[in-house]
Amino acid sequence: MKTTLLFTMFLASFLIGVVPANAAMIQVKGSDTIINLVQKEAEVFMQADPSAKIAVTGGGSGTGIAALINGKCDIANSSRTINAKEIETALANNVSPVRIVIAIDGLSVVVHSTNSVSKLTMDQIGAIYRGEIKNWSEVGGANMPISLYGRQSNSGTYGFFREMVLKGEYAQSMKSMNGSSQIAEAVKSDPSGIGYVGVGYAKAAAGLTVVSVAANAGSAYESPLDETAVDNGKYPIARPLYQYVNGTPTGKVKDLIAFELSAQGQQIVAEEGFFVITSEYKAGNAKAGF
Amino acid sequence: MKIKRIKEKVVEGLFFLNGLIVIIILAGIFLLLLKNALPGLKEIGLMEFLATGYWNPDAYGKATYGALSMLVSTGMVTIGSLLIAVPLGIGTAAYLSDVASPRVREIAKPVVEILAGIPSVVLGFLGIVLVGPLLAKLTGTYNGLNAINGSILLAVMALPTIISLSEDALNSVPRSYAEASLALGANKWQTVTQVKVPAAASGIVAACMLGMGRAIGETMTVLMATGNAAQFPTGFLSSVKTMTSTIAIELGEVAYFTTHFYMLFSVGLVLFLITFVINLISDIVFNKHMKMLK
Repeated sequence: MKTTLLFTMFLASFLIGVVPANAAMIQVKGSDTIINLVQKEAEVFMQADPSAKIAVTGGGSGTGIAALINGKCDIANSSRTINAKEIETALANNVSPVRIVIAIDGLSVVVHSTNSVSKLTMDQIGAIYRGEIKNWSEVGGANMPISLYGRQSNSGTYGFFREMVLKGEYAQSMKSMNGSSQIAEAVKSDPSGIGYVGVGYAKAAAGLTVVSVAANAGSAYESPLDETAVDNGKYPIARPLYQYVNGTPTGKVKDLIAFELSAQGQQIVAEEGFFVITSEYKAGNAKAGF
Repeated sequence: MKIKRIKEKVVEGLFFLNGLIVIIILAGIFLLLLKNALPGLKEIGLMEFLATGYWNPDAYGKATYGALSMLVSTGMVTIGSLLIAVPLGIGTAAYLSDVASPRVREIAKPVVEILAGIPSVVLGFLGIVLVGPLLAKLTGTYNGLNAINGSILLAVMALPTIISLSEDALNSVPRSYAEASLALGANKWQTVTQVKVPAAASGIVAACMLGMGRAIGETMTVLMATGNAAQFPTGFLSSVKTMTSTIAIELGEVAYFTTHFYMLFSVGLVLFLITFVINLISDIVFNKHMKMLK
């Protein structure tokens, strides 16, 4: 009897303690590509503002947008834009999605520092990774076989690079590495290697040549290390990363997004290996109230 | 008197229960693997699973679930490790049991046992930063993340098992064998190689089989050192992806109760059956060895 009473009291205290906190908790859900970035942003934001409670979960861009439409989250992380059907459902549910660009996802293609090839087109990179180009001499380099380094299939970057550059299957001879730094290390010690890593890794690693990339055969070669090329969207292997909210945000949700877009927030973006937002997207964010 | 008997019965029952639990756990694991593997095998078909080489469940186009290339990869890495570990292991065991002075043995035996305690992730790390670059230099290729790298590291992992069990087998050969051989005028080398090792052969085979079982199931080391390319291996210098690596890489991200999920369990089932058969054979051979010497 006594234990039952104690147990009920324990449960009650639990409910009282949890429910109000839960009501004030900001729920962020969606893309696995940016979950680490947003978690880091939220951590730093909560240190500065201890009254804010933020829960960041993954599940994929589609999951996040669905949760926003169903009113299950305050911010949806997404690595793609919302599609027409989702907008329709959202409007039917009295949700008006507003898009904010918080970072840019881009990849640097790297080769060994002794490799004479430092310029490639998107088509060439695609053909190399599909296994159609097998020797460096075919792209103007020395006569040596190309060894491919990529990520493992559980990585978002694996999917992004395939969608963006290959538009086909990876060659079966590609070595699947455990992370960006492993790719950087492997290419550093392999004169015939090629790999793709976040720009942060490419900057940090000595002994690597960062390849300049042209969108197609006729256009200019751009380097991801050239900030203006990234800034004006000329570097081709990049895509914006979004957060969607319902209407113009207020309160802590607004504060959080404002923090992510601030100089400090964008520094975290760079530290996590993404590109900071460009002037083009800043204008779009301004329309959403930032 | 009566109490003593009851006590004995209770203890006996307890030990029986312990033995039973182990069997139940083993059967449980097998059934769980089988239950999760069957839906996938039904969909894909056993022939496509075991006889085609391309495993690409997360494909841009159509997903394929051929496990042959990883079966061959696992086989290559394991056989390679045995080629290195068996001669070294038996040699060390013979040295420790018959040649080494008691003082050397006292130091060498614990060292061998410490070797068994090196975490596999540490060995994998050495594979990336030490063995890989060294292999690249020695073989004149551009990188050392390949099957040999995995074989060398797995040999290091299998050595302690092979050495300690082979040494036990050599020590269990009755003294009279060696004494008879020496009395007939054979020298020490002849006695060890032509009398003791053949007499302990079945025990040594069992030791090697157990070492092989350890090598086949090892995950972290090969995951880090072999490069994990999905291709069908063309030689010991090609980068390979073993069964264990595939499961380790993909199970973390797979959507539950999908074909991909079931097929990963199928790979696990095959791996389980292989190690089970290897351990069973080594057990049978070892028992035969013990009986023969009695």
